[in-house]
Amino acid sequence: MSPVPKSGGSAATPPTPNAPGTLDEFMAQAWAMEMEAVQRYSDFADAMETHNNLEVAAMFRTMAQYEGKHAVQILEEMGWTEPPRLPEANFAWPGFEAPETASFDDVHYLMQPWHALQLALAAEERAERFFGEIVRVATVESVRSAARELQAEEREHVALVKAWIEKVVKPDPDWANDPDPARYTD
Amino acid sequence: MNARTTAPGAPTTPGSTPGAVAGISIALAGSGGSGVMTAGTLLLEAAAKAGLYGLMVRTSGPQIRGGEAAALVRLARVPVATLDDRFDVLLAIDWQNVNRFADEIPLDAASMLIGDPDEGETPDVFKATGASFVARPLKKMAKAIPGSWTNMVALGMAGALAGLPAAALEAALRASWKRTDEALKANLAALRAGMDAAAGIDGVPTLPPGRAPDGRRWLISGNEAAGYGAIRGGVRFVAAYPITPATELLEWMAPALAKVGGALLQAEDELASVNMIICASYGGVPSLTATAGPGLALMTEGIGLACSAEVPIVVVDVMRGGPSTGIPAKSEQSDLSFAVSGLHGDAPRLVLAPTSIADCLATTQWAVQLAEALQAPAIVLSDQFMGQSRAIIDRPAEVDFVGRRLTATANAADYKRYRNTESGVSPMAIPGTPGVVYTADGLEHTEAGIPSSQPKDHRTQLDKRERKLLHYDYGRFWADVEGGGAAAVITFGSSTAAVREALARVARMGIEVRLIALRLLAPVQPEKLAAALESVERVLVVEQNHGAQLYRYLRAMYDLPGRPATFHRPGPLPLRPGELTTAVVDWLGASVREREPA
Amino acid sequence: MNDIAPPAALTAANYKSAYKPIWCPGCGDFSVLSSVTKALAKVQVPPHEVVVVSGIGCSSRIPAYTSCYGFHGVHGRALAAGTGLKVARPELTVIVAGGDGDGYSIGGNHFLHACRRNVDLTYIVMDNHVYGMTKGQASPTTEPDWDNKLSPGGTGIRSFHPLVIALASGANFVARAFAGDPNGTAEIIAAGIRRPGFSFIEILSPCITFRPEQREWKQYAHPAPVGPTDDPARAARRIMTDDGFNIGILYAGDRKPYPTQAAEHPASPAELETEFEL
Repeated sequence: MSPVPKSGGSAATPPTPNAPGTLDEFMAQAWAMEMEAVQRYSDFADAMETHNNLEVAAMFRTMAQYEGKHAVQILEEMGWTEPPRLPEANFAWPGFEAPETASFDDVHYLMQPWHALQLALAAEERAERFFGEIVRVATVESVRSAARELQAEEREHVALVKAWIEKVVKPDPDWANDPDPARYTD
Repeated sequence: MNARTTAPGAPTTPGSTPGAVAGISIALAGSGGSGVMTAGTLLLEAAAKAGLYGLMVRTSGPQIRGGEAAALVRLARVPVATLDDRFDVLLAIDWQNVNRFADEIPLDAASMLIGDPDEGETPDVFKATGASFVARPLKKMAKAIPGSWTNMVALGMAGALAGLPAAALEAALRASWKRTDEALKANLAALRAGMDAAAGIDGVPTLPPGRAPDGRRWLISGNEAAGYGAIRGGVRFVAAYPITPATELLEWMAPALAKVGGALLQAEDELASVNMIICASYGGVPSLTATAGPGLALMTEGIGLACSAEVPIVVVDVMRGGPSTGIPAKSEQSDLSFAVSGLHGDAPRLVLAPTSIADCLATTQWAVQLAEALQAPAIVLSDQFMGQSRAIIDRPAEVDFVGRRLTATANAADYKRYRNTESGVSPMAIPGTPGVVYTADGLEHTEAGIPSSQPKDHRTQLDKRERKLLHYDYGRFWADVEGGGAAAVITFGSSTAAVREALARVARMGIEVRLIALRLLAPVQPEKLAAALESVERVLVVEQNHGAQLYRYLRAMYDLPGRPATFHRPGPLPLRPGELTTAVVDWLGASVREREPA
Repeated sequence: MNDIAPPAALTAANYKSAYKPIWCPGCGDFSVLSSVTKALAKVQVPPHEVVVVSGIGCSSRIPAYTSCYGFHGVHGRALAAGTGLKVARPELTVIVAGGDGDGYSIGGNHFLHACRRNVDLTYIVMDNHVYGMTKGQASPTTEPDWDNKLSPGGTGIRSFHPLVIALASGANFVARAFAGDPNGTAEIIAAGIRRPGFSFIEILSPCITFRPEQREWKQYAHPAPVGPTDDPARAARRIMTDDGFNIGILYAGDRKPYPTQAAEHPASPAELETEFEL
């Protein structure tokens, strides 16, 4: 087992994101990004609960709630009373998934709060970088300024997570050590 | 047309057993391409047209085509479902390797051998029986009529010897003819030549003319009857992997199902076919497959899945000589133990066995109805003898066995697929029905169908699956119980007919013996059997297998009176009324003088 | 369900059940589950008209995690089961799912014939190159030199190449996806469901417990350089130079699916009796 969860994303050079053409498109994409993160953190929370890692499960639930709040904020800012309709085709993210989505394999049943926060930190940093790129390549002013705002928010999130990390206990080197072998259940 | 020297209606020949069914048994034999199977079939069809009943059993060497073959035909004025103890006539177009059928064609001094003097010596094994010999140059006779076949000459001769009217023989030939008119003419001539050749031959029992058919009669094989019974019961999906002797059942069903709006799918193996029918049934469509012992062995895991997930399926096992590859083209009743207990875990299932070719229809239909009602797998133990033999039967009465599955209504409140109901049967949600979605599982599960290893759930579900089968009212069809007396013979499957004839002979000797032919083998029916055995002091269990499987099963599962006795013999030869008569008489310790039939 | 207003569009969440998967955290199958729900949301077929059929193994647990009908059968026979179901009930959407052991080892024979038969099914294999449920033996797609307890030093046997076999056996739609790309996988699955005939999707789905080195797959998996072809020969040439990590639809053909139409005017059973009547 690798001691520290790696950050996700494809090793291939991330393609330059296609800058969204309208503010609506961009905010819909930002909203989708938050919702994907909600889903991923919820799935993580479920998996942690099933494996009796309740402390980390609770953290992931909290993270899912935060991301959910961000998604609602986007709706409110845009004055949307219902979720935006997403395009049929998938978004072109820098990696396989949206930047704020932690990679599906970045969890471990024995992981500790510190690991969960590292995962969240990486996600927020990727999100910040992504919005930074949009700022750079956007051709529409409203999109650029919205991207700048969102980038600033992500920077705040990064700071929050970093502060949180300082407060939690750092794991021992043998945190992943489980003396029991795997079980055969089917 | 046929000159008879014995008066019509005369009693059977001295060689037959008193009390035996009046009839005639003719074997037609020959090698490569001689067409004895066709001749035998036409003989049966002609007899049907003459208002008679009959049975035809086929036997052959291992070659795919053209090897030695024999058609074993028994004709009578009443329905017959078993071969007699002996044959009156063995008519051989030629003798090549026909001696391999010697055990299947018992002859004696009262029998007649008819052979072609140009086609070799009669084998010693037949000569040694003391049967009389008549020579007829069948091949030359056919050659004298250009475009005709030797087997038609043989057919004419055999038919005339049996006393069949010429009109019936000709009608049978015309009805089946698929070639040119010219060839038909030639073969009709050959038929007549054969009939003429029978003139002057004495000593063959005559068959009094049959009644004009007053009800509808069918000519059908057990495999066809089972297939039709399944469709009557509601089957509309079949997955098929061919295996001797079940293949004809599947092949019959292919167009039949299509006609009634169903479908047959050829599978890549029996592992596939059983799983195909399980999931088709899970989808709501009554489903069936047919196989033989080796295929049933492959299907066992699937049958267990059907049991655990409570999905109805019917598997027809057309039993053949076992174990392993065994004797594929011969009959035996040796899959019983496997059928009643051959699943891992505690896995109750239904096991039924038709008692005759005609009964293959009703019993298979019943199996479908039971499987659907009880959401359980049903194994139908047919066998090669019934499956591949053809008989003239009265049109079977319609029985009200139609599969009716208890299904869940849409959006039912608090739906639990495996709810622990009193009857043990819980409503089944059919895919497409909203609000009652569930996952069927072979894993042990809660009432809601969630996999569980909890003791309470395992116990509950085991009890449920057992209870639903035990608490069901199977009615009167579970067995045929005939006659009275303090002694009873218990049997199942194709042995029933031979036992029945034997007991009729025994009755003629003044001894009454009860017959219990079991149709429902699992789950056991202790109350019903106890009632059937009322005032019975001793039982004899009769079956066609080496391990006395029914005997052991009954002793394990039932209370039987006195010291139960067993008569068991493995295949490939069918049980015969004569040997069973002797066995019953010996068992009873009676010595009875043979009496002339009344 | 309010039957006055028109039903709202189904979302991926509508296809997930309340049951939490027992898969190890980090398992690729979580993503595949997500992809399946997203794909079904793209296709918009109601969950009660979908059946997910599986065999035995970690991946085969998936039916109960969806809100669709499920059939959790025995090891290796999911394709046979799904085939019977679809032929008997052609109006249902049938998805067959399982792992590489269930599908390519014990299920290998059924795999070949399912590709040949071309019944309208979608077959998803979550391939992690290992038998996970039974604690880590080699599967047909395991590398020959992977050391394990049952075959110390590795099996030494060439691995099975499922896309080659599928193509050669006549599958009408052959694709590879990667669990690390759930949205791309969802698109491929939706395309497979939509395509009539047998759609085969091999999904690389890492096993974090027995093959932790498969975390590297994220580095190797890449979109295929070209789009799907409908020319089997071209597809065959592409697959021969495949690096095992090309993501995308390799082949999308137009073979007519196995016919499942019932007779328009079915006869009554009694009409079958004329064949026996004398």
